[in-house]
Amino acid sequence: MYGNDFGTTDDAPGGGLLGEVEAAETALREAAARQRRGAPASADDLAGYFDEVVAADQKIEPRDWMPEAYRRTLIRQIAQHAHSEIIGMQPEGNWISRAPSLKRKAILLAKVQDEAGHGLYLYAAAETLGISRDELVEMLLNGRQKYSSIFNYPTLTWADVGAIGWLVDGAAIVNQVPLCRCSYGPYARAMIRVCKEESFHQRQGYEILHTLSHGTPAQKAMAQDAVDRWWYPSLAMFGPPDGESTHSTQSMAWKIKRFSNDELRQRFVDMCVQQAEILGLTIPDPDLRWNDERQAYDYTQPDYDELMRVISGDGPCNRERMAHRRRAHEEGAWVREAAAAYAAKRAAEQKETVAA
Amino acid sequence: MNGPFDFTLALGDDALIAAQRLAEWTTRAPEMEEDIALANIALDQLGAARLLLTYAGELEGAGRDEDALAYQRGDREFRNCLLVELPNGDFAVTMAKLLFLAAYQVPLYTALAGCADERLAAIGAKARKESAYHLDHASLWVRRLGDGTEESHRRMQAAVDQVWPYTAELFTPDPTAPVDPAGLRAEFDATVAAILTAATLTRPETGWTPGGGRDGVHTEHLSYLLAEMQVLHRAHPGARW
Repeated sequence: MYGNDFGTTDDAPGGGLLGEVEAAETALREAAARQRRGAPASADDLAGYFDEVVAADQKIEPRDWMPEAYRRTLIRQIAQHAHSEIIGMQPEGNWISRAPSLKRKAILLAKVQDEAGHGLYLYAAAETLGISRDELVEMLLNGRQKYSSIFNYPTLTWADVGAIGWLVDGAAIVNQVPLCRCSYGPYARAMIRVCKEESFHQRQGYEILHTLSHGTPAQKAMAQDAVDRWWYPSLAMFGPPDGESTHSTQSMAWKIKRFSNDELRQRFVDMCVQQAEILGLTIPDPDLRWNDERQAYDYTQPDYDELMRVISGDGPCNRERMAHRRRAHEEGAWVREAAAAYAAKRAAEQKETVAA
Repeated sequence: MNGPFDFTLALGDDALIAAQRLAEWTTRAPEMEEDIALANIALDQLGAARLLLTYAGELEGAGRDEDALAYQRGDREFRNCLLVELPNGDFAVTMAKLLFLAAYQVPLYTALAGCADERLAAIGAKARKESAYHLDHASLWVRRLGDGTEESHRRMQAAVDQVWPYTAELFTPDPTAPVDPAGLRAEFDATVAAILTAATLTRPETGWTPGGGRDGVHTEHLSYLLAEMQVLHRAHPGARW
């Protein structure tokens, strides 16, 4: 692979979280091996059966009965996740043509390609819930479904590519590692695969920042500027504070979510502080300090009003990101139509051959 | 061209500029699967470019590595063929360019794999497998577009007509090179003819045959491509990335 042609550094992030992904994978295998009773006792007992499977940490599979609201929540969440992978290709894709060395260009190209793969994989997981990829893409394009707020921020320098890897992919992993134990089987399995690659991307981003912060003064300034701009938007990726999160309680009861927004955000902050020290970069929060009583860092909350503005469409790049996606879709229509027409002709020929 | 350095540099430049153009499609492809495929082909070309430019730098013996060659030469010093620097155009133009490039690179790398220079032989052996995939991918799309809808047929034929003249340059004779490009022409013609026929397309008559890329005399497009590709590297002389 082109992506991993640099050496392992022990101080790089991701080790502990990757261990959790592997533990989740083991748990998934064990759950599959445990003898689960074959089917609900009777047609009336579908809900009871569902609750029992969730309570026993077994997986709900596409063929199983599930509450309609569970299905809807999962479609919304998995689709939003898939859309984020696809829209998330844009801010980094912005720097492929200008990557400063051929090795970095190859790594970035491979990473953006991985993201397209994650998008496809997640759309396939959503499709197991009885909705088509075309419908989901339509909902993205007409604005009925969202993608992660973070991708509405611009990549202004090369260091932003590093900051996205370290902070944005880092936040994504902290968010997604618990989803490896999500109660819906196809989503949990998708997350295991996605988290492994994301963890690799995070290390690559960290490596970019490490090289910059140990490079020329201009490179170090570029790295610090990127961290200054991406820190709070990354904290906001975990969503509104617990008191204001609309989907949390039910999702936790269904074991879709395992931790609250604030718990995950805290975990992310605690993880980043040490890594920032090794990078020699400053986290742009004057009130960040260790709290001995809580055994965690106190930190300044992101601006949630800004988060709401970005989610509702008024971030720096919302319009561009959507316009870009719509343009690619519209300009590609004649190609997709050609592929369909060609396939139809071949199918018709096949039929004739069989009939003759 | 003169000797193994120029030859290796020219092939490395072909692959590098092709990669740069193909990577421009990322996030813009007609379908998500194609986004992945084009990025994949761009990565293959970039991988070949890195091997070839690294080796060219060693043959030159002036201490230039792959990045010095990619980022610190101006357009008059690049030796790529004109075909790869042409703008992407619509999807049909991109597929016409990829078809012709791959139909040239498959016999080229195959011949290279058997040449006396061990390094070039190893690069050729690796790259020909990738080029075979590129040729397969491009020919599939050329057939789909050529034999798809009226609109796609019209666009695919227009793309072939537009790009075809630039293929002549690929086969300029060079008896001193490790592989003489003139010897690749017959296989290229046979491959392309079969694919165009299957795609219900017509091969244009060869008339105008632009060239000059191998001598560093390019189209107006290359300087812009390099300005974008090199801007960051040139802004920080001597920096590590």
